[in-house]
Amino acid sequence: MSAQADTANLAAPVMAAARGYDGGGPAPVRIVVGYGFWIFLLSDIIMFSALFASYAVLSGQTAGGPSGRDLFELRHVGIETLCLLFSSYTCGLGALAIERGRLRSFYVCSALTFVLGATFLGLEVSEFIGMLARGAGPSRSAFLSSFFSLVGLHGVHVSAGLVWLIFMVAQTSVRGPRDFVRRRLLCFSLFWHALDIIWVALLTLVYLMGAR
Amino acid sequence: MLGKLSWTAIPFDQPIAMAGALFIVVVVLSVLGLVTRKGWWPYLWREWLTSVDHKRIGVMYVLLAFVLLLRGFTDAIMMRSQLAVAAGGAQGYLPPEHYDQIFSAHGTIMIFFMAMPFMVGLMNFVVPLQLGVRDVAFPVLNAISFWLTASGALLVNVSLVVGEFARTGWLAYPPLSELQFSPGVGVDYYLWALQISGIGTLLAGINMVTTILKLRAPGMTYMRMPVFCWTALCSSMLIVAAFPILTATFGMLLLDRYVGMHFFTNDGGGNMMLYVNLIWAWGHPEVYILILPAFGIFSEVIATFSGKPLFGYRSMVLATLAICVLSFTVWLHHFFTMGAGANVNAVFGILSMIIAIPTGVKVFNWLFTLYQGRVRFEVPVLWAIGFMVTFVIGGLTGVLMAVPPADFVLHNSVFLVAHFHNVIIGGVLFGAMAGYTYWFPKAFGFTLDNRLGALSFWCWQIGFYLAFLPLYVLGLLGMTRRTQHYAELSWQPYLIVAEVGALLILCGIIATIAQLVVSIRSRESRRDGTGDPWNGRTLEWSTASPPPAYNFAVLPVVSSLDAFWATKQRGPIVSAERYDAIEVPGNSPNGFVTAFFAVITGFALIWHIWWMAIVGLACAVATLLAFGWIQRADIAVSGEQLAAVERARLRPTGRA
Amino acid sequence: MEEHLGQYAALTDRAPGVGENEDTGSLASYTTGLAFALLLTGASYMVARTNLLWEPGVPAGLAVLAIAQIGVHLVFFLHIGTGPDNTNNVVALAFGVLIVTLIVSGSLWIMANLNLNMMPASAIMEMQR
Repeated sequence: MSAQADTANLAAPVMAAARGYDGGGPAPVRIVVGYGFWIFLLSDIIMFSALFASYAVLSGQTAGGPSGRDLFELRHVGIETLCLLFSSYTCGLGALAIERGRLRSFYVCSALTFVLGATFLGLEVSEFIGMLARGAGPSRSAFLSSFFSLVGLHGVHVSAGLVWLIFMVAQTSVRGPRDFVRRRLLCFSLFWHALDIIWVALLTLVYLMGAR
Repeated sequence: MLGKLSWTAIPFDQPIAMAGALFIVVVVLSVLGLVTRKGWWPYLWREWLTSVDHKRIGVMYVLLAFVLLLRGFTDAIMMRSQLAVAAGGAQGYLPPEHYDQIFSAHGTIMIFFMAMPFMVGLMNFVVPLQLGVRDVAFPVLNAISFWLTASGALLVNVSLVVGEFARTGWLAYPPLSELQFSPGVGVDYYLWALQISGIGTLLAGINMVTTILKLRAPGMTYMRMPVFCWTALCSSMLIVAAFPILTATFGMLLLDRYVGMHFFTNDGGGNMMLYVNLIWAWGHPEVYILILPAFGIFSEVIATFSGKPLFGYRSMVLATLAICVLSFTVWLHHFFTMGAGANVNAVFGILSMIIAIPTGVKVFNWLFTLYQGRVRFEVPVLWAIGFMVTFVIGGLTGVLMAVPPADFVLHNSVFLVAHFHNVIIGGVLFGAMAGYTYWFPKAFGFTLDNRLGALSFWCWQIGFYLAFLPLYVLGLLGMTRRTQHYAELSWQPYLIVAEVGALLILCGIIATIAQLVVSIRSRESRRDGTGDPWNGRTLEWSTASPPPAYNFAVLPVVSSLDAFWATKQRGPIVSAERYDAIEVPGNSPNGFVTAFFAVITGFALIWHIWWMAIVGLACAVATLLAFGWIQRADIAVSGEQLAAVERARLRPTGRA
Repeated sequence: MEEHLGQYAALTDRAPGVGENEDTGSLASYTTGLAFALLLTGASYMVARTNLLWEPGVPAGLAVLAIAQIGVHLVFFLHIGTGPDNTNNVVALAFGVLIVTLIVSGSLWIMANLNLNMMPASAIMEMQR
């Protein structure tokens, strides 16, 4: 028997034994998908960091217009923070539910996540409309441009997440919790938690520091 | 109804631009007509346009790169010809408004749509084969990445026919690129084309990182990966880290132009140096994204054709990782002269010099690999040796300019232009040509003609020196870059020499095209049945040429570096005892359809056709959701089919 | 074939977001994380709005609290750990953090330096007054 013949017969047990770990052969699909999405999230965080850097540089450039101290309402922002944080919690509970096969809990948790996320979005939109009405729109000054873009980009991500959540709930209900559906739900929860992480940075650097 | 679009968008009043536009339209229509008449659409759709096979996608990337090389090089010849005559009071034949678009398009096309696709294409084709696996981590995403890149390339070329291109240089600094000073559509073409293709590139980077870290053949630990996979990994990590910055920065400039924000404007508190800072925070890693795969190609080529293992594998890996991290610490050296103080300049200058050290380590490793090897001077080795001489010169001039006081003299002179062409042509392009020649037999099953390959190399090599060494002298004499004409008559002889060099490079390009035509015509006589025409060392040479869709009937088990070489030492390759059934990902039109809507959305946004932009974007999102809903069918390949193919492949060698 | 695997024979990698034993974590993990996050958010508000912390130290205090809360999210919600099966995830995160640090701190340093060195003459006179 040649070396190649050896490998043919033993390839299957080899791959089952040490999947994905250094010399163990290709990783299982769930790990590959999760890791790929993790890398995507890191790239997304780097994109946000470029906008954070711009905000940090431009935050003092109010061009004679209103500054953060004039505009930010910390109580409003606090409610937004709680909404997003609790939606992260319900998202985590939903992930637990789907892995344990409890579909009804999953739907309830997803609904809660959606409602809390949509509330966050609604509050943010109302904040923006309020600022626009006071003439503090994004074209007023560099500070406001960077504020609206940074916070707005986060809001766009949240909106995309909500659309994705609806799609995932629909797909789960029609297809059931099959492997590829559960992989996508894993990606969704990674995404949703990452958005909350970015919000922590936003809250601190933009609102709490800016309102002083 | 149609936004800013009208018949005046077509350059009827500019003869040269009109000629270019007509040429492109005629070529495109002829190709489409030929394909239709020959009835090739079903084949193209089934085998190429909807393919999710990394090998097919890799070939399409390289083909895109070659086509855009022709377009970018046309721009280059036009510039060289203009400068060869526009001395003293002469104005040449290109008015400044047109010349500015040409140098902007030249840079944009060569970097984003020639060099990047070439490297990404070679990585796409080779890495899964070298890792001993069947495809990249996300095959459909791979297809989407390619088609989005092609969409960007299409938009840039549409700007030649409908509208204009940016006049800002390839990086579009504000305030020139702001709406106030560039009210036309040129900068918008630039921005949207690059945003769209930037998404494609980012996704390709994510795909490659995941593939290399999570999908390797059993037994292939990190330190048994081929060096090309290490450089592909580091290059892809840089893509993942750097391209988001580009997306954010272009996004901010787009917001300035479309919504009236004040990121980089003169008024409202904008800061244009912020753009310069961020764009180079992307721009410097970008050049390392381009050069690292080329370094990997040279490592493979030199080791194979020396018949020796690569010298200093571990130090090569460390050097590659060092370059990867250091490339994010030097970006200020692109704007030493733009107002920073001495302390900042000094820090970045020293870091820029430090980053030359790992590259030096690599050069010495290549030299030590060649030393006492039985070197076969095949065409890829010619490119490799040419690279080592040429790139080192370019690197030296780079280290020279890393000294801030020296850069104050040389910044934005043609010395700088000569430097970066030196490293990009000598490094990236020579690497691309080496990789193309080296892996062509694997992709297509027959080798390329040697004599025309060597001719192409010598034309490029000599042409490069003639075209760019005079520019070093001119830079020291004080000639600025991006000038449409110049007053100093004494500069003209140098520029005429440079023109001759460019013409010689043109001969090199023609030789490459001729090489392809001749090789295809005589392909039966140069057919490679073994799959291993070069006596290679890495796993891609263990497959058939071209490999089947599934690459490996049985995933190889790796027990050392240079896995295929080790296998060959153990004895002749025979077919396996047992073949298990496998699944191959089925085709998907997702990439092509998404790209189609991306082009429509981009074009609509450029011309302010808002309804079309909304429809295009909605359709693109709908495509994403629709293809996410349906589950693509995989194709099953039974054990018997695998056995039949493998035995037929190994039978001619008497080892079935 | 086991000799090809050696010490790797029994290990598998973990995807991010996935806890021990291929589970997606536990209720305890998420609830603890929520509690910590609420505490840290409250603390941030108190630091920013009251005189709890010495005034010049407030930015540093807020930064520390934010980093702590991000850590809470990573550990309790995303289950990023330190075991060998999590190495890829941690290394990727570390690389991302490095890049973010270089970009943000580099940009801030450079832009501040540019503003200082390119101050218009009138503003320099203002500063000297």
